[in-house]
Amino acid sequence: MARIPTTHDPFNAVAEPRRRQLLEALGTQELAVNDLVQKLSWPQPMISKHLAVLKKVELVSERRLGRQRLYRVRPEQLKMIHDWVTPFEQFWQESFDRLDEYLKSTPKKEKRNG
Amino acid sequence: MVEKTSSKTTFSYPSELEIVMSRVFDAGRERIFKAYTDPRSIPLWWGQRGSTTRVDKMDVRPGGQWRYIEKDKEGHEHGFRGEYKEIVPPERLVNTFEYEPMPGHVSVVTTTFEELPGGKTRVTTTSRFSSKADRDGMMTSGMERGANETWDRLAERLAKG
Repeated sequence: MARIPTTHDPFNAVAEPRRRQLLEALGTQELAVNDLVQKLSWPQPMISKHLAVLKKVELVSERRLGRQRLYRVRPEQLKMIHDWVTPFEQFWQESFDRLDEYLKSTPKKEKRNG
Repeated sequence: MVEKTSSKTTFSYPSELEIVMSRVFDAGRERIFKAYTDPRSIPLWWGQRGSTTRVDKMDVRPGGQWRYIEKDKEGHEHGFRGEYKEIVPPERLVNTFEYEPMPGHVSVVTTTFEELPGGKTRVTTTSRFSSKADRDGMMTSGMERGANETWDRLAERLAKG
């Protein structure tokens, strides 16, 4: 999907919406693949595939406990991305909200097309 | 969910050098195009809530310069500038974008205004960085501004966890 290997850049790794969902599903918990299958109802190979990418860019850590492998989010890495994405999104979110209000507050003068 | 259920703007990151934002407005595209290109409209909507924006330069023609100054809640002023590349009323606008505290990190912003049934318009903005260094320049500047919202809450929660 991505043109540049996702495995080198955490930003690019979270560009994929499903990986963002996966991070959100992990939240503050430490979970096994099966827990994530239950939470997200995605096929297990898909979860494993995305987890592998997130692990590679160190957004997720893995720990073995008996036969299980448990995964958790590494907040320090996520913080780096979020510090970039959030102000940008917030800036435009609010600008667009204000534009919407502005458009609603001014009279519609133009003729309708179509 | 990371998806912004409370908001009507969608953000996507199709590659590491692009950000795409999209929003549907209940207004015709002529009016929205005007809101983007009329210097009197910009202070009424551009910038974050609680901030004020004044237009220093706005020469809406190919090669023309624009410069806005945003004053945030704390009274700090931030300059934004760029050059218009393409102006196709009321369909399309292409301009460069530079945040003055991080000079030299220029992105190219393409905004399209697409007519939808019922007098609505979809505005789609693609910001394209020429390199990761430019993108990271924006990243660094973003850190100064501080923020909240979904990712912030998530990160805080994770940091505590």
